[in-house]
Amino acid sequence: MISGAEIMVKCLESEGVDLVFGYPGAAICPFYDYLSRSSIRHILVREEQNAAHAASGYARASGKPGVCIATSGPGATNLITGIATAYMDSIPLIAITGQVSSELLGRDVFQEADITGACEPFTKHSYLVKNTADLPRIFKEAFHIASTGRPGPVLIDVPVDMQTAEIQEFVYPQKANIIGYKPRTQGHAMQIKKALIAITEAQRPIICCGGGVVLAGARNELIAFAQNSGIPVVSTMMGIGVIPMDSRLYLGMIGMHGHANANRAMKEADLVILCGARVGDRAVSAPQQMAKKATIIHIDIDPAEIGKNMTAHIPIVGDIRLVLRELAEKVTNIVPEEWITCVLRYKEEYTPAGIPENGTGFVEPRSFIRALSQKMEDNAILVSDVGQNQIWAARNFNVKEGRFLTSGGLGTMGYALPAALGAKLAKPKRQVLCICGDGSFQMAMCELGTLCQNQIPVKIIVMQNDRLGMVWEIQTKKYKGHHIATQLSGSPDFVRLAQAYGIEAAYADCNDEAERLAAKMLASEHAFILVCRVNPDAPTI
Amino acid sequence: MKHTLSVLVENQPGVLSKVSGLFARRGFNIDSLAVGIAEDPTISRITIVVDGDDYIVEQVEKQLNKLIPVIKVKVLEPNRFISYELSLIKVGCNTKQRAELMKIAELMHAHIVDVSTTSLTFQFTDNDERTQTLISLLKPYGIKEIVRAGTLAIEKGPSTARKQTSESM
Repeated sequence: MISGAEIMVKCLESEGVDLVFGYPGAAICPFYDYLSRSSIRHILVREEQNAAHAASGYARASGKPGVCIATSGPGATNLITGIATAYMDSIPLIAITGQVSSELLGRDVFQEADITGACEPFTKHSYLVKNTADLPRIFKEAFHIASTGRPGPVLIDVPVDMQTAEIQEFVYPQKANIIGYKPRTQGHAMQIKKALIAITEAQRPIICCGGGVVLAGARNELIAFAQNSGIPVVSTMMGIGVIPMDSRLYLGMIGMHGHANANRAMKEADLVILCGARVGDRAVSAPQQMAKKATIIHIDIDPAEIGKNMTAHIPIVGDIRLVLRELAEKVTNIVPEEWITCVLRYKEEYTPAGIPENGTGFVEPRSFIRALSQKMEDNAILVSDVGQNQIWAARNFNVKEGRFLTSGGLGTMGYALPAALGAKLAKPKRQVLCICGDGSFQMAMCELGTLCQNQIPVKIIVMQNDRLGMVWEIQTKKYKGHHIATQLSGSPDFVRLAQAYGIEAAYADCNDEAERLAAKMLASEHAFILVCRVNPDAPTI
Repeated sequence: MKHTLSVLVENQPGVLSKVSGLFARRGFNIDSLAVGIAEDPTISRITIVVDGDDYIVEQVEKQLNKLIPVIKVKVLEPNRFISYELSLIKVGCNTKQRAELMKIAELMHAHIVDVSTTSLTFQFTDNDERTQTLISLLKPYGIKEIVRAGTLAIEKGPSTARKQTSESM
C-alpha cells in the first residue's frame, strides 16, 4: 500500500524534480513527511509568494518547471501573486497546495480557501484532487501542461485526506493524454511561404523579438534569421537578451520606456515580424494604427494571441524555434540599403552622447549599470525588480550570453530577490545579480533569511532614493506634482540590516565608489548587498 | 450580432465555472447558456449564445479552446442550424378563462402541462421570437412565473460539431 503523500513525492521524483520551494502547514504535513525521506531539496522561504517567485526564477534559469508548495488557506492565497506573475510571463510552474479534508470542503473550516477557484484566471489549468488514485495522472498532466505549448502555471490542490489515503501501488504514466490539449508546434507551410514572400517584397522590414523566443530556447534561430535576412531587430522587455545589445542591427527595446530610435523604426516599418510577442500595451501603444500601415507577420504558439491586440495579416501558429529555423534557412538578404542606413542613423541620433551628472553625493544609476555590465561575466543572470530600477536595468545592462529576468507582464514589485535566489540555485556557477529599488527590496527583504539559511550567494544592488520613484515621477508629470504616498521614509539602514543577517554590505554615494564596491561584491563568494544612494530626481529614462 | 457556439467539454466538475468565468473576466456577453450530457457520457455539450462582433466571437472561440477541458468549439454558421428554447409559463386563470387560454395554446402549439382552479402552466418549445409572442398573448391574464432554459442548437443535415464522435458512435 502507498499513501497519496508518498505518491506526490514519487511523482516529483519521476519528473526529475530535485529542488522545490515552499512553506509548510498542517494541511500539507503528510506530503512534507515523505519529502523528508526524499533526495529532493526543499528551500524554506519566508513568505509563500516568494516560493512562487523563487520557483519562477528557477524555471526561467533552468528551463524546467519550477515547483512551489504551500499549505491551505492563507498559505495558498499568499501564492496567488506569484502564480499570477508566472502566468503573465508564461513561466512553467507547478504550485502544490494542501487543502482541508475533502469531507469538510465548502464549510469554511479553519484555513480553508477555494484556491482553485481563486486562481482560475491566473493558471493554465488547475486540479482539486478528489481521489488519491488520480494523483499520478494529475501530476503527469500538470507537468505536461505547464511545460508544453505556451508554458504557464498549473495548480494542484490536494485535500489532506487525499494525502493520507492509501492505494495498492504507484504507477507513473508514461505520457499524458489530454483529449482537449494538443498544442500545434509545426508552422503551417503555406503561411511560412506567404511570410517569405512578404519579406522579399518589404522595403522597411523589422523583427520584433518577444519573450516567446526566450521561452522556446530559440535564441540561435532568431539570430540566424536576423543575420541571414539582414533585417534589423527590436525587442520587447521580455525579449531582452536574445540579441546582444552591441549587435549592429539591434536597435533596442520598444515601448513606453523603450528606446526612441527603436520605437521610431518600428513605426516606420512596412513589415513587422512579431516573434513570440503578445503586443502588450506597454510595448506597443497603438497596435491597430501600426497594423493599418504595415504588414504584420505574427508568429506565436498560442493562437489566441494572434489578432488579440493587433490584426495579423500573416499569422503563423507554431513553435517559434521551428518556424524561425525554417525562415532562417529559406530567407535571402535583400533588405534595401536605404532602410539599414536609416535605422542606423536613428540609433546614432537618439543615443545621447553621455548621461549628465545629477548632483554630488549620488550614484547615477544608468551610467553605473552600464559600467557594471562591463564587469559582469558574459553569461551572468540579471534579475530586476519593478519600478525605475527595472527600466534602468533594461535599458543599460548589456546582456551578452546571459539572461535578463523580470516581471514584465504583471509588474510585481518584490519579484527580484526571490527570483534571483531561485535562478542562482538553478545555475550555481553563474553570476546572479539582483537589482531592486528601496521600495521593491522592502517587499521581499525577509528572504535575506532564506539566502543566509541556504548560503545562496546572490549579489544585490539596492537603488535607494527614499521614494517610490516611478510613481513619484508620474505624480510629478501627470498630477501637477501632488506627491502622495510616494515618500519612503522610515527605511532601516540597509547595510546594518544586512550585517544583522551576517551578509556583507556597503554604501556607495558616487559612481567611482559604486564601481569599486561592485568589483569587491563580484569577487566575493558570498551574498553581498550594495546600497547605492540615488538622487530622488533621477529620471527613469 | 448574436452568434451560437456549440462547445464540447470533458464532463467533470468545475468545467462550467471555468467557461462562465472566462466570459466574465474577458468581458464577453453571454445571452444564454445551456449544458447537458452529449452522445458520449464522458462529454458535455454547452450551447452558448454570444452577443458581439466578429472580433469578439473569434476571441471567444480562441480563449475557450485554451481551456484544457474544452475539446472542441464550433461557431455555428447562421441559417445552417436549428435552435430551440424551452419555456414554462404559469398564468393566472379562473374557470371562465380556461377555454380562451386553451385556444391560445392550440394556436401557438404550446402544451398545457399543469392546471389548478386558479392557474394554468404552459410548456413551450420554439425560438425567442415565438416565445415573446406567446408571452405577450398571455400577459393580459396575469403571468405569475416564467422559467426559460438556454437555447439549444444543432446543425442542419448530417454535419456535427465533432466529426470523430459521430463516426465512432
